[in-house]
Amino acid sequence: MTRINENPGGAGSAVTVRGLVKHYGETKALDGVDLDVREGTVLGVLGPNGAGKTTLVRCLSTLVTPDAGSALVAGYDVVRQPRQLRRVIGLTGQYAAVDEKLSGRENLYMIGRLLDLSRKEARSRSDGLLERFSLTEAAKRPAGTYSGGMRRRLDLAASMIGSPAVLYLDEPTTGLDPRTRNEVWAEVKRMVGDGVTVLLTTQYMEEAEQLASELTVIDRGKVIASGGIDELKAKVGGRTLRVRPADPLELRPLANALDDLGLTGLATSTVDVATGTVLVPILSDEQLTAVVGAVTARGLTIGSIATELPSLDEVFLSITGQKASAPQDARPELEEVAV
Amino acid sequence: MSTTTLTPPLTKGETDDARISLRGHVRHTSALVRRNLLWIRQDPESMFDAVLMPIVFTLLFVYVFGGSIGQALGGGQDQYVQYVVPGMMAMMSMNIAMAVGTGFNQDFQNGIMDRFRTLPIGQGSVLFAKIVVELMRLLIATTIMMIVGVLVGFDITDWGGLLAAVGLSALFGTSIMWIFLVLGVSMKSAQSVQAMGFLVLMPLQFGSSIFAPTKSMPGWLQGFTDYNPLSSLADAARGLMVGGPVAHDVWVTVGWSALITLVMAPIAIHKFRTKS
Repeated sequence: MTRINENPGGAGSAVTVRGLVKHYGETKALDGVDLDVREGTVLGVLGPNGAGKTTLVRCLSTLVTPDAGSALVAGYDVVRQPRQLRRVIGLTGQYAAVDEKLSGRENLYMIGRLLDLSRKEARSRSDGLLERFSLTEAAKRPAGTYSGGMRRRLDLAASMIGSPAVLYLDEPTTGLDPRTRNEVWAEVKRMVGDGVTVLLTTQYMEEAEQLASELTVIDRGKVIASGGIDELKAKVGGRTLRVRPADPLELRPLANALDDLGLTGLATSTVDVATGTVLVPILSDEQLTAVVGAVTARGLTIGSIATELPSLDEVFLSITGQKASAPQDARPELEEVAV
Repeated sequence: MSTTTLTPPLTKGETDDARISLRGHVRHTSALVRRNLLWIRQDPESMFDAVLMPIVFTLLFVYVFGGSIGQALGGGQDQYVQYVVPGMMAMMSMNIAMAVGTGFNQDFQNGIMDRFRTLPIGQGSVLFAKIVVELMRLLIATTIMMIVGVLVGFDITDWGGLLAAVGLSALFGTSIMWIFLVLGVSMKSAQSVQAMGFLVLMPLQFGSSIFAPTKSMPGWLQGFTDYNPLSSLADAARGLMVGGPVAHDVWVTVGWSALITLVMAPIAIHKFRTKS
């Protein structure tokens, strides 16, 4: 495995996981996972279905007892101090954990009381959260009548009643439409703004890119890479140059010119007809200059030129050699960029 | 990769010292009882069994079997009413107890149980709340059954004995609820809990002295009915409400209730805590 960021899990680490193991019979759901979440940051745990993400969250929230290894959350041991630990965490899972027969307000009030708030506190805190998550109008309706997005927002609000120091979001937008997904992202960003430490599991690269500052990639129960998002991208190495000719008709000649350039060790350029651009993988600034030179030498005019870091889909692909799930803009021709 | 299991020092005390006070337990349990009561308001149909079953069963048994069994008892329908109404109290405690298993199982179908189990509450609170609500339903069902019983001619001679009988059936019902909580947490669907419940309840209820005296049953069946705790409960309720020897049956029922509870309650709580 690759560990780019050697954080010893000392000061400033809200979640410290070392050698965590959980086997279900022959299945190694977690096979020695190490990770750290620094206080006040979002760690994205990225991996395909069945990678062990949910088992990790269930171990860290005391729902599952690990077979070996250790995990500290806000200084509490998941195995030895489950009750104290439950006081400082919030959990929003893949399936909204709200009581469908209770209204939104009753759901929050009940959880407030279970968290030992006084009646008055539970009531005012519920109302505040309903307001904040734009659920005030629906507060008296049974949660079963809510839309998927409203239910997920109620679930997030329920996780926030106890003002947790650490929040686990287990695939918080799985099964939501893009608009609702954006709503949930906005809420998560607000929570992070309030200083909550978040461990986010996701199989969507875009989601990790939107929310997380650091990333741990897991596959078959093992950490296969970890570090800052930019670090991981840099590790993959290549950037992609997106060149748009001033005259759309010059798209094909432009592509030919770039192919003739024959930048060594790289995939050939590809034409993206939809956006009227040519994509060229490059490794260095010299190659960027060479591309611009070659285009000008042919008498072609560049309308715009931009460099792009590889997407997380590509990062995953290059580390594991297999495709991650739900690629939104996978460009298989970039496979050769792998280091 | 390294899989060393180094155990970092605990920074906030070696052990889990976050004990929950008795007041805390009461607060948590009542918050969960409130949740289950709100369910009833939201879904009044869930009370059908507690409200209608006592009416339907009392009328059926009294008018269908009352004449012939009453004759065998040396009287008529009036005599059978005096016989069957206390017995039905035992039946009620079983049938209502079954509902706790299906409701509990349904809770696991969505994620709400995960939420409860990640809250800093005594894990028993979730189960105690179910039992409290089910006891309320049992009292409602018993009250309705007694009203119907009186309307069809049941003669309450001893109010103190009636209360004692209600208490005894509630005690026994509670022990049966623990069995159904274990089934509810172990079985895959609410339907299978219900199917399993009927499979066990029917022979237990009919193979007892609830509906008819056991004297006319074949010897092998009497062997079963004599040791069936439902017979003891029915006979004890009968003795308490209409007179006759009670002490033995009361103690047998209390013994069964205590035994079942002592065995099943820890299993239910443990299974609930460790369900993954």
